[in-house]
Amino acid sequence: MKKLRKILERVIEAMLTVSGAVTSIAILLIVAFLFREGLGLFKSPTVERGYAVYVNSANPVQSLLPWQLKEIFDFQIENWNELGGPDEEIRVFRFNEIFSLYTDEQLDADNDYALLPERLAEVIAANPAIIAYLPQRYAPVEDESVKTVQTGTITMAQFFLGRKWMPTAKPAAQFGVLPLVLGTLMVSFMAILIALPLGLGVAIYMSELASERVRRLLKPAIELLAGIPSVVYGFFGLVVLVPLVQRTFNLDVGETAFTGSLILAIMALPTIITVAEDAMRNTPRAMREASLAMGATDWQTIYRVVIPYSLSGISAAVVLGIGRAIGETMAVLMVTGNAAVMPHTLFEPVRTIPATIAAELGEAASGSSHYQALFMLGCILFVITLIVSITAEAISKRKHEVGV
Amino acid sequence: MNRKTSQSLAFWIFRVFGIIVLGILLWIIGFVVYNGIGVISWEFLTTAPTDGMTAGGIMPAIVGTMCLVLGSMIFAFPLGVMSAIYTQEYAGNGFVVKFIRVMTNNLAGIPSIVFGLFGMALFVNTLGFGDSILAGSLTLGILVLPLVIRTTEEALKSVPQSFRSGSLALGATKLQTTRKVVLPMAFPNIITGLILSIGRVSGETAPILFTVAAYFLPKLPNSIFDQVMALPYHLYVIATTGKDIEASRPIAYGTALVLIAIVLIMNILATMLRRHFGKKVKTG
Repeated sequence: MKKLRKILERVIEAMLTVSGAVTSIAILLIVAFLFREGLGLFKSPTVERGYAVYVNSANPVQSLLPWQLKEIFDFQIENWNELGGPDEEIRVFRFNEIFSLYTDEQLDADNDYALLPERLAEVIAANPAIIAYLPQRYAPVEDESVKTVQTGTITMAQFFLGRKWMPTAKPAAQFGVLPLVLGTLMVSFMAILIALPLGLGVAIYMSELASERVRRLLKPAIELLAGIPSVVYGFFGLVVLVPLVQRTFNLDVGETAFTGSLILAIMALPTIITVAEDAMRNTPRAMREASLAMGATDWQTIYRVVIPYSLSGISAAVVLGIGRAIGETMAVLMVTGNAAVMPHTLFEPVRTIPATIAAELGEAASGSSHYQALFMLGCILFVITLIVSITAEAISKRKHEVGV
Repeated sequence: MNRKTSQSLAFWIFRVFGIIVLGILLWIIGFVVYNGIGVISWEFLTTAPTDGMTAGGIMPAIVGTMCLVLGSMIFAFPLGVMSAIYTQEYAGNGFVVKFIRVMTNNLAGIPSIVFGLFGMALFVNTLGFGDSILAGSLTLGILVLPLVIRTTEEALKSVPQSFRSGSLALGATKLQTTRKVVLPMAFPNIITGLILSIGRVSGETAPILFTVAAYFLPKLPNSIFDQVMALPYHLYVIATTGKDIEASRPIAYGTALVLIAIVLIMNILATMLRRHFGKKVKTG
């Protein structure tokens, strides 16, 4: 009986030990799955799977970059000499055009379009300046007159330095994260700029000035502010702040980066207040009393003693607030207008990284390069928040070394 | 400016800031309550949406959110509590505990949309659960783990060390001490953590977007492999993408009110529990 009990105890203790590692396991899993899907992006072809780009063999151009492909098919690049080819106007050929050039009989429509590859080859052979974007299923046979253009895979440089986010552009989707990163940073830093003075003021008020009764009123209020779901903030922003911003600044649309900053500022407040207040409360009583005994006023004590002493805690509050703002999804998605273009001012629509994932993942086919690009965005977010957590930790650790 | 006036000026500013923050909270809650209270009725809470979600109620979304809360808590609560017991009672204060704490902090800092991505990759695709209550609950469970762990740790910390020493001195084993002395005393605060976690889970949208949430699904789920509607996602949908946004505005207000009410009730409950039992532990 006693022995059985001892075994049972060992078993339970083993279970406790295992569950102790649960958060570490969760993080490992998140890293594994995020990066497995995300890094797949850099192995994906630039053009959609199952498609390829063909030119006439006389054309000296061997390979094209994604942005070149996009501009060719958008008629922004119109001459081969811009791409190192002959001085000839580019003839863009889309797959559907074949059906207006040939009749169904000529394509052998009854027999699963058996003659389609041949006809496509004829078209390409006939025009040395042609570029054709075609499904490989009906690909023309490569011979002396038809060749495939190398389009390569998506590179890290294109992803991280690209200035265009057009994930559904044909034939080459553009996955440049720069506009999204800038949008995220712009909205988040503006939010902290708004929230910081307000949050610090309230933290000082709560830790130094407020009576116990006022504290007992403010503390749950701030907890509640932290507890309101982000989608409710988004709804509030959409119905109240968006029209307000539009009217106040006389804009065409109220869904701007600034509106997002406002709502994020409110959402970051509880983090900033709680962390900063904690730091200030930890200022040793002896330090305050020494300052007061020297004849300093309460206010002088606060800004000459308490604030410098708790500076590391306050910095941690700022860092955590930024982290909260950068990762916030729903509220930002609902109020910033979601235009994935390079932002210039605060008063135009922007698109942040989390909002992009939320808005587009539903439409991205599992395993497609769009899907992988969204996971790569998730990886970026993950790395940013990891840096934020570690920084905040390091900053608040420094306090203990200096302080005591 | 003399130092007395600069002090009173500064203090006034801080007081005003305090009032502003309180004002913002009241503004948001007041806005939702004022616009939503007229919509709430027994019928609103117990019928399914109709007419392209411009009429009817939100019952499927309420049931869906309940399923997700239940599912995520079944997963996260025991695991989180056990993890906290390990770090607080068993593991001492060495490298392992520090590492676990850093990991828990990091997990808490990860944006909720990243949990959504992860849940989709692991539960929906790799494990093949599809968009289902199971996938959504597990995703939400992992998201809320740090909160459960942290509140449980706090609860265990608040039990005086002398109680443990006393029990151990009487010949009880470590597990017996934990089970019979520490846990009963920490219990109210652990429950407080559970309540806060429920509040958090019921309001999360981003993690369920791609793991469980259905745009419109009037019937109730039959198994854990079914999709469900959920309150926060429902609010997002009818606020932004509905067939007729203006016509569904009242429903949106009503949904927002139900959501806020859940969070409000959970927070008040948690605060009350904490105050009630906080006193008891001190005197006891």
